[in-house]
Amino acid sequence: MRFGVVVFPGSNCDEDAYHAATDVFGQQAEYLWHKDTDLKGAEVVILPGGFAHGDYLRTGAMARFSPIMNAVRGFAERGGPVLGICNGFQILLEAGLLPGAMLRNKSLKYRCEHVYLRVEQTDTPFTSAAKPGQILRIPIGHGEGNYYAPPDLLKRLEDNRQVVLRYTDPTGTIAEPWNPNGSVNAIASICNERRNVVGMMPHPERACEPLLGGVDGRMIFESIVSAMAIR
Amino acid sequence: MIDAKLLERHGVTTDEYERICGFLGREPNLTELGIFSVMWSEHCSYKSSRVHLRTLPTSGPQVLQGPGENAGAVDIGDGLAAVFKIESHNHPSFIEPYQGAATGVGGIIRDIFTMGARPIALLNSLRFGPLQAPGTPRLVEGVVAGIAGYGNSIGIPTVGGEIAFEPSYAGNPLVNVFCLGVAKHSDIIKGVASGVGNAVYYVGAKTGRDGIHGATMASAEFDEKSAEKRPAVQVGDPFMEKLLLEACLEVMRTDALIGIQDMGAAGLTCSTTEMGSRGGAGVEIDVSLVPQRETGMTPYEIMLSESQERMLLVAKRGREAEVERIFEKWDLHAVKIGEVTNDGMLRVKQSGTVVAEIPNRALTDEAPVYNRPFTEPDYLRGAQQLDLDALVAPEGRARASGDAALRTLLATPTIASKHWVYRQYDHMVRTNTINLPGMGAGVVRIKGTDRALALSVDGNGRYVYLDPKRGAMLAVAEAARNVACAGARPLGATNCLNFGNPERPGIMWQFAKAVEGIGEACTALGVPITGGNVSLYNETDGKAIYPTPTIGVVGLLERADRVVARRFRESGDTIVLLGEGRGELGGSEYLKVIFDRVGGVPPAIDLQAERALQELIVSLASEALIRSAHDCSDGGLAVAIAECCFDTHGMGAEISIAGVRVANDARINEAAALYGESASRVVLSAAADAVTGILERAAASGVPAQVIGQTGGNRLRIAIDGHLAIDMAVEEAEQLWSSAIESHFARRVA
Repeated sequence: MRFGVVVFPGSNCDEDAYHAATDVFGQQAEYLWHKDTDLKGAEVVILPGGFAHGDYLRTGAMARFSPIMNAVRGFAERGGPVLGICNGFQILLEAGLLPGAMLRNKSLKYRCEHVYLRVEQTDTPFTSAAKPGQILRIPIGHGEGNYYAPPDLLKRLEDNRQVVLRYTDPTGTIAEPWNPNGSVNAIASICNERRNVVGMMPHPERACEPLLGGVDGRMIFESIVSAMAIR
Repeated sequence: MIDAKLLERHGVTTDEYERICGFLGREPNLTELGIFSVMWSEHCSYKSSRVHLRTLPTSGPQVLQGPGENAGAVDIGDGLAAVFKIESHNHPSFIEPYQGAATGVGGIIRDIFTMGARPIALLNSLRFGPLQAPGTPRLVEGVVAGIAGYGNSIGIPTVGGEIAFEPSYAGNPLVNVFCLGVAKHSDIIKGVASGVGNAVYYVGAKTGRDGIHGATMASAEFDEKSAEKRPAVQVGDPFMEKLLLEACLEVMRTDALIGIQDMGAAGLTCSTTEMGSRGGAGVEIDVSLVPQRETGMTPYEIMLSESQERMLLVAKRGREAEVERIFEKWDLHAVKIGEVTNDGMLRVKQSGTVVAEIPNRALTDEAPVYNRPFTEPDYLRGAQQLDLDALVAPEGRARASGDAALRTLLATPTIASKHWVYRQYDHMVRTNTINLPGMGAGVVRIKGTDRALALSVDGNGRYVYLDPKRGAMLAVAEAARNVACAGARPLGATNCLNFGNPERPGIMWQFAKAVEGIGEACTALGVPITGGNVSLYNETDGKAIYPTPTIGVVGLLERADRVVARRFRESGDTIVLLGEGRGELGGSEYLKVIFDRVGGVPPAIDLQAERALQELIVSLASEALIRSAHDCSDGGLAVAIAECCFDTHGMGAEISIAGVRVANDARINEAAALYGESASRVVLSAAADAVTGILERAAASGVPAQVIGQTGGNRLRIAIDGHLAIDMAVEEAEQLWSSAIESHFARRVA
């Protein structure tokens, strides 16, 4: 299958996502420049991490105006699978492809470290290989990952089972010290109502090879690869 | 027009002024004086240090590029080169911590990609005053946030580094930043201008009035008026640099460039002059073509501006459109501002009228070189005196021994975990980091090969203060040893020499002796110096910092999967000590922390023994005979073993060592065995069945080796001559070590 990895000026995890898709999982991948207007036949689109356009205004606020985002929106509306990682998640929020907003980390500091995540939903194309409640250890690296949704939206997200991953302790229990950024309801990842668009703050591409100290991120890529194979 | 006062403001002596007039055959105009002042500043000309730097070993079969270019390069096999350099940004960071540190990172990254290399890892070496002192936390937060803000945004991982806290840095912190890149040999490109008529392009951020006289600022001491120099500090834009990085690497791959150089210190002046000089050519530019952020800028201001994120490049004739097109793709505009000439002159025009005309060689090769007088400083004899039996701790000797002393040492900020710092750095981006920060040397794998590079920066200013030559040798040895402890063979080194005012003979003596020590150690350990930077005038109100050479070493692991780290891995493993403890407490962290005493002579070092030790570790690691390796440095053997127990979920160790006799006082002898900082020692752990082989190999290499204990349990227990000196829960020790630095910031925001 064919991955499309969007490159905004300021993206810096684009090569990492590309490396995971191709060298680790043996799939095809294509970089999609932000000024491009079509997806070059991509069957799954990744918006990678980084600081698109420098993120001087508000994370993702400029990137949503890049020409490629029209194509990504059309693709998502047709049911195509889209994964936003870190800055990619922030861009999906700004573009209105996912609901809610990001605030600065509660610590007011950038945090790069491994966190524990509990898989809440397995009926998305990016978590279908997981068992419900499975615990993953995957790194984060962000300064604005404090997910916020007002109470009514939060209720809707929970009612619709749109919370895909939550920050927990190593046993899967939600606890304040294990929430690295202060996200409401310990949310690390959500999906849209149709469940084909997923945004996540942790970086699965950083946890796909034993040399890097963990392979729990493989589940995300294995899910999409097998989901597409079935389709 | 040019009078004594104007010369003083430019840091130009009357003798130097006469030389300038000699070169020009006339008096310079103001623009020319400005150009001379920055090119002849200590920062750009190395006029006080050059005679000593010339003595450093800079060659070896692995060296592809030695000093003199934007960065050095060594061969790492597979047709690839490691390109690396360290640089200081001390003065700007003291005046404005966030921007000073951020632009330091930006500058060193530019030096690496200017060589055609893809930057893949950053390190930093930081020195501050005591963390308890009122101003320090603000400086630490600012510097760390600045490094994080720039490195994280541009997407280059900060994979390690070191931080120490000493009163001598309170008025003059050190911010040394190191960057490593990788390039194919054939892609390495130099900072040269050649080929008459070739176009000289300017690309990147617009030129503003910021940073004018940054190079001369970095060549002056601080006083209470330093805050007034704030306009000389530049503001960094990591997004602009990310665009420049990607666009420049893309342009370089086209083979359309003759040469390229970043505009760092002394901006447009330095880049035009150095490129012309290296290419044996001249460069002529018109400042009215330079993109400007402000109106009404004079040629003087444009030539001396240190606005960040700017590059100068020379394109091959006929390839200009190709170059321009790539920069356009990245929304950057390459602007032709001049061309290469054959007359060896730097010629600056403004709308066609010549406003400065200076022979390149006057600004570079023939810049002043001073062999400044040096004499042994008065403090030294007294400082080296140390009577261990006469030590009196400020609050009695309660903390001098037993668990109490270890607790104190583990919580001292120089030794304590730096987790609070490095978790603010993205240390995993690019997915190459295979030894995380805090695990010893940083290690990054090279995708597409089986290899990895290990990198470490080290230096102990206290040692160098007490014996400049030996202290500098110890710094080289420690950096190379840290790289070897990751399983990597040290290949090359870069140095950042932070000293006080070279016009004082005592400071100059420290400098000369330290360079001598670096030279001898680099030669003996097979790590030539490939480049670096000198930062002098690190003084505030006439008080100099500890002389602090920071050494960066890069090493090669043939197999990335054989990487070794600090922490113990398996319970029941055997612990082996390589090297010999002689109970050397001179200059130790123990004396400083427990007795508030900086004295004695630093540990002795036998460079041949050090080399044998490093070669042994690398070979043991390459054959997968060891499971962990950690060098003994600050806090000696006891602290090293405690650190091996940390990050293991509380795995303990049972250790038994022989005592030493260095004093009459039994508690001092105990401390000497536990916390003495004898060099060339490494703690290994290995499966029990590998031990015989390890000991045999050590014996064959002439490296002292002994089994000192076993991993397991949840307590750290150390017996000396059968008497239990340390017995504490690993969890408690780790809590002290991991929370010490954070606790100083707890009361601040978040």
